[in-house]
Amino acid sequence: MVPVPSDAIIPQRDSDKPPVLECSHLGIDFGGLRAVDDFNLTLGRTEIAGLIGPNGAGKTTIFNLLTRVYSPTRGTVLIDGFDTAGKTTEQVNRMGIARTFQNIRLFSNLSVEDNVKIGLHNSEAYSTIAGLLRLPSFWRQERAAHERALELLSIFHMEDLANARAGSLPYGAQRRLEIVRALATNPCLLLLDEPAAGMNPSETSELMENIVKIRDTFQISVLLIEHDMNLVMGICEGICVLNFGRVIAKGTPDAIRSNPAVVEAYLGKKKGA
Amino acid sequence: MKTTLAEKKASRADFFTYLGVIAVFLLISLLRSQGMLNRSQTGLLVPICCYIVMAVSLNLTVGILGELSLGHAGFMSVGAFTGVTAAMALLDFLPSDELRLLIAIVVGMLFAAIIGFLIGIPVLRLNGDYLAIVTLAFGEIIKELINCLLVGVDSAGLHVIFNYNGAKNADDLNLLEGGRVIIKGAQGATGTKTIATFTAGFLLILFTLVIVLNLVRSRAGRAVMAIRDNRIAAESVGINVTRYKMTAFVISAGLAGGAGALYGLNYSNLLATKFDFNTSILVLVFVVLGGLGNIRGSIIAATVLYILPEALRSFRDYRMLIYAIVLIVVMLTTNNDRLKALFGKIIPHAKGGERV
Repeated sequence: MVPVPSDAIIPQRDSDKPPVLECSHLGIDFGGLRAVDDFNLTLGRTEIAGLIGPNGAGKTTIFNLLTRVYSPTRGTVLIDGFDTAGKTTEQVNRMGIARTFQNIRLFSNLSVEDNVKIGLHNSEAYSTIAGLLRLPSFWRQERAAHERALELLSIFHMEDLANARAGSLPYGAQRRLEIVRALATNPCLLLLDEPAAGMNPSETSELMENIVKIRDTFQISVLLIEHDMNLVMGICEGICVLNFGRVIAKGTPDAIRSNPAVVEAYLGKKKGA
Repeated sequence: MKTTLAEKKASRADFFTYLGVIAVFLLISLLRSQGMLNRSQTGLLVPICCYIVMAVSLNLTVGILGELSLGHAGFMSVGAFTGVTAAMALLDFLPSDELRLLIAIVVGMLFAAIIGFLIGIPVLRLNGDYLAIVTLAFGEIIKELINCLLVGVDSAGLHVIFNYNGAKNADDLNLLEGGRVIIKGAQGATGTKTIATFTAGFLLILFTLVIVLNLVRSRAGRAVMAIRDNRIAAESVGINVTRYKMTAFVISAGLAGGAGALYGLNYSNLLATKFDFNTSILVLVFVVLGGLGNIRGSIIAATVLYILPEALRSFRDYRMLIYAIVLIVVMLTTNNDRLKALFGKIIPHAKGGERV
């Protein structure tokens, strides 16, 4: 086994493959505000890791940096060994990162199936001309996209909702649809931004099972932002804790649970003592 | 081959759209051949076809892509004047009117598409209000540019002068014996041989429908609608936003150019000022009242609202008042949910998200 670099959350499972994500000294300033500073993270293949911290700590900002919605002021991000510097969001998606959003961003006027099919845009491809002229590649790829979309929806048992308007779905279903759409882009790393927000305990435990199932089936890594500690402690193999844009702790769930700095960040300093 | 429920409903709705257009064309042709249409009525036929194509193409930009374009008439004028130039320049070489009309429409589409591409490069980076303002400006700019054009053809070929300071006139083209002036600057296109036909208009409408409906119900159409619904999410799933915005915008411009060419060849004299902001707004009204994203609605709205001022001629002074009242009534009723539900039962709709 390759010696564990001090930045890695957990040991890599495949020691011969490069880590799926390597962030070095990542930072971004908004004017005078250091929103994220000196963020280091290495994620191996098929890891489930959690990014936690109080609201405003910079977690979604880090997701935006990874997907190049923002350009970092400092540091580098390597996906699968490739540098993302200078890339646009859609190029980064093609490199293998997919994300969900804190405030759900679905294509609300399109059907559930179409939302997933848009995730398949780059994999089931045919030219615009082929679409206009209805050439054989159109029919072939549309058929394939339809089948693949239903297959993906079946992860969350949503095949029956395929023709429903995405905006009409209940909240939990919209969150699940967003995850399916992200999966459709065939990523090697899935970023989930508060996937359990607004879910009750039974939905949350179902989501936990599904995330592990997704990881096992698709052999991808998952980095999730969550406030629900049951979910985080339950499925994350490694946790990174953020406060005021800086990492205050990194390690296994047990180590984090008992880390005084983490407790202080969430609950505040103990009075007296 | 099995199709999904949504696909079946969508193709059924499309089928009725095509059927409706073909049926109306056959009916009108029949009435014409029986001599039951008077001169003013037959004079409306080609312009209606042009405005239907304009409305459907603008709906692609405004309803499907979701960007407000206030300069659509600019593309129409590009198509009109390039189409007229092509048709008149080939007059001596190609005696066949139909062939020249076809070439003119293709030329008009091509030039309008190119202009659409050039305008799209700066414009599509903007959003919302700024894009609307810039498209409005381009519509006006194109109009002014065409006012400066002096175009003539003779046995030596095509002569084009760009009369930027107004000092030149048609004589400066120095046309040889037997040459013909096609565009006379601010006087527009004169002496055009009117070869536009209702049949050509009908075929152009069918072509437009095939292009727009096929585009919308394909991968590119989904990408365009995704950009409309949530640009940031579309980027995050790997859609090249600029490319698909450009695709929709250029196709929309090209189709408008085709409509313009047909329109230009329907009149022996054509001024560039005909294609001004008012025309852009007129087409926009057709699109909005027909329903954003609703192609069939654009066809119906364009037809009804173009005929309406003509049909109200008998009201003389009260004509525009009645027109305004009818517009308001249409606006209120088309947004009435109960009426929409009622129509939804009578006319099959494509459900499953897409508003087409």
